[in-house]
Amino acid sequence: MTTDIGKFKHDSPMSGVLRMERMPHIWCPGCGIGSEVNAFAEAIKRSGIDHNKLVVVSGIGCTGRVAGYVDFDSIHTTHGRAIPVATGIKLANPELTVVVFSGEGDLVGIGGNHLIHAARRNMDIVVICNNNFTYGMTGGQVTPTTPTSAITSTTPYGNYEYPFSLPLLADAAGATYIARWTSVNVRNITQSMEEALVHKGFSFIEIISPCTTLYLRRNRLGDGVDMLQYYQENTVLKHGCDTRETAIDFQGKIVVGKFVDKAKPTYLEAVDKCAVRLVGDDYQLYGKTIPEREAEEKAEKERVAARRAVVLAAEQAASEKAAVKAVKKVATKAPVKKVAAKKPAAKKPAVKAAAKKASATAVARKSAVKVVAKKAPATAAAKKTRK
Amino acid sequence: MNTVSADPKGVDSGPHFMDGDQAIAEGALAAGCRFFAGYPITPSTETAERFAERAPEVGALFIQMEDELASIAALIGAAWGGRKAMTVTCGPGFSLMVENIGLAAMTETPLVIANVQRGGPSTGLPTLTAQQDMMQARYGSHGDYAIIAMSPDSPQECFDVAVEAFNLSEFYRVPVIILSDETVGHMHEKVVIPPADQIQVVPRNNYSGPKADFRPYKFDGQGGHPMTQCGDGYHFHITGLTHDERGYPVMTAEQSKIVITHLMEKIRSNADQIIRLDEDQIDGADVVVVSYGITSRIAVKAIQDARREGIKVGSLRLITIWPFCEKRIRELTGKVKAFVVPEINYGQMVLEVERCAAGKSKVISVNHCGGAVHDPEVILDAIRKANQ
Repeated sequence: MTTDIGKFKHDSPMSGVLRMERMPHIWCPGCGIGSEVNAFAEAIKRSGIDHNKLVVVSGIGCTGRVAGYVDFDSIHTTHGRAIPVATGIKLANPELTVVVFSGEGDLVGIGGNHLIHAARRNMDIVVICNNNFTYGMTGGQVTPTTPTSAITSTTPYGNYEYPFSLPLLADAAGATYIARWTSVNVRNITQSMEEALVHKGFSFIEIISPCTTLYLRRNRLGDGVDMLQYYQENTVLKHGCDTRETAIDFQGKIVVGKFVDKAKPTYLEAVDKCAVRLVGDDYQLYGKTIPEREAEEKAEKERVAARRAVVLAAEQAASEKAAVKAVKKVATKAPVKKVAAKKPAAKKPAVKAAAKKASATAVARKSAVKVVAKKAPATAAAKKTRK
Repeated sequence: MNTVSADPKGVDSGPHFMDGDQAIAEGALAAGCRFFAGYPITPSTETAERFAERAPEVGALFIQMEDELASIAALIGAAWGGRKAMTVTCGPGFSLMVENIGLAAMTETPLVIANVQRGGPSTGLPTLTAQQDMMQARYGSHGDYAIIAMSPDSPQECFDVAVEAFNLSEFYRVPVIILSDETVGHMHEKVVIPPADQIQVVPRNNYSGPKADFRPYKFDGQGGHPMTQCGDGYHFHITGLTHDERGYPVMTAEQSKIVITHLMEKIRSNADQIIRLDEDQIDGADVVVVSYGITSRIAVKAIQDARREGIKVGSLRLITIWPFCEKRIRELTGKVKAFVVPEINYGQMVLEVERCAAGKSKVISVNHCGGAVHDPEVILDAIRKANQ
């Protein structure tokens, strides 16, 4: 169904990223997918990526609807088949950045075989997996990641299966970028998405997210806000953590962070290497030689970096302005803004400066999360989860 | 149909000695296919092997996927990524592919699937011949949709049909299925590939107008509509859900009528342009043998013997299986005493002939449960019976 939302269409900060004519979306209040899409939109903006060269592919389910809302080339496929469709797109036109945005039931349940094989091939795509332990669209059934003992509509007496740990699965299969966050870590999600978008190879980002209507309700875990609070109290930040230590127990600690980030030739690079050995330097894929494709890629990278530099510079200016305002007001004590205010205004060539700024912001963001995580227990004590 | 000469890069002109499977790969390359995703299954694998061997020199891409589900999904991605794409399989793999044949039909995605049939059901007869997937090709995926299917009877025709399959697929934006069989697939014969300038291909028809006017669909029951490809800046959306012309989901009874009518009618109302038949001595015939694929070559012997016995027998060979040649069968109904339908299945296309003959001409099924071709004597007996 489409809705005419009139003026909002043009005013929204999301227009140009989301198809505003398709709002309102179908997601429940408190669901984590909205935050993830928000982070995705932010990551796209900050990445400097050409909106015309970005493709989003989804499967079936609640998260499967993402492809229908984003204002890029987008394909809503059959259940479980988003990854092979994305593989086809990437191989048909290597210039494109291809993102699969779907749920764990779709990607790991019915589509699990495609996930591990795309990871094994180091196919140069980004897979964003919303993991809410639930088949939401069909009414809350058990999924391959539902923690043991959790109640779902098809495990009414508690789940007696062993769940997958997705970072471990992706790692074992050969993924070259793996991160996990919960839907409360919006800035970390955004940063991981930014990194994954430029990472060469198979990137996998898992986002633990609350299904308020079904999973939380059936397990008496409160509402969306309770769950975010729970995430704040129970996430353990461990960058580079051994993926064998990322299992999730029912209402146990959730290890988050960037676990894997390594370089390995992608599928297409392997194809090129083999074909050049065979055909020689005039080997062409779809009429383009390897040097031609490399030159195009390099030029595009420079355009992306330039766009990114503009976005980051604007961001920097805005945060400095805000900091000055805050200092003037004297009373404020936000640690994030102080960090931002201390940052020297870099006056170097655009691209280099952008890279520095990016890492500076990243540090700021990381420290922000730590602060939040440390502060959380105190504030959370007031609200206990209903059991 | 707007056509251009084939890209010489994919055309290996000249006389060859190859099997039907290999000829399908050559036909695809000549037609401009530059993407192949498949999964090994006998008796179709030679097509994949040929394509994999030729891909680097042609500048095409071959990928062996993890299964048939992934293979056809990758074709849909590649088609919207801007390439002509194909896969090849046989019954067990085709059963897995029917899921996304539905998605391809619904999203009006051009792609070509060759099903080199072997005996079923299930794992059945690996890998002896059969023609048991005729109805599955048409009705395999759930819901109402239409596809085009063609059946070659020789390696040379495998090449020709592969080119045509791509042309029809591009024009009507529909999956086209090549219904070959193990015998034709593994039969080595002379295949002459013409020079590139003598092969006419339908190029991908991509939209190039203003973004505001772009629609991925037009529901008018016709073919020839442009599509687009990822990266062209039109920010298209396609979905397997019932959708409007923008590609956005609209799940109502009214919209379903619009979409399904279009999907059915773009094939049905253009059946005359799509259907190719090979007819021999039908005028004045008392008996017409309706056959296709390898069975039509077996039937030739029976037809010749019957003619020697003085029976007036005509031959109607179906090159296009779907849409079915309803009009031609109805024209002949009443004029001929009987239709004889030999096929290597328990009686599939004979049901279509019976439907069109509507009781006005006798219809005799000469069925065969697969594993071998007919004995021409059996077909001859049926012709004799039909003539009584």
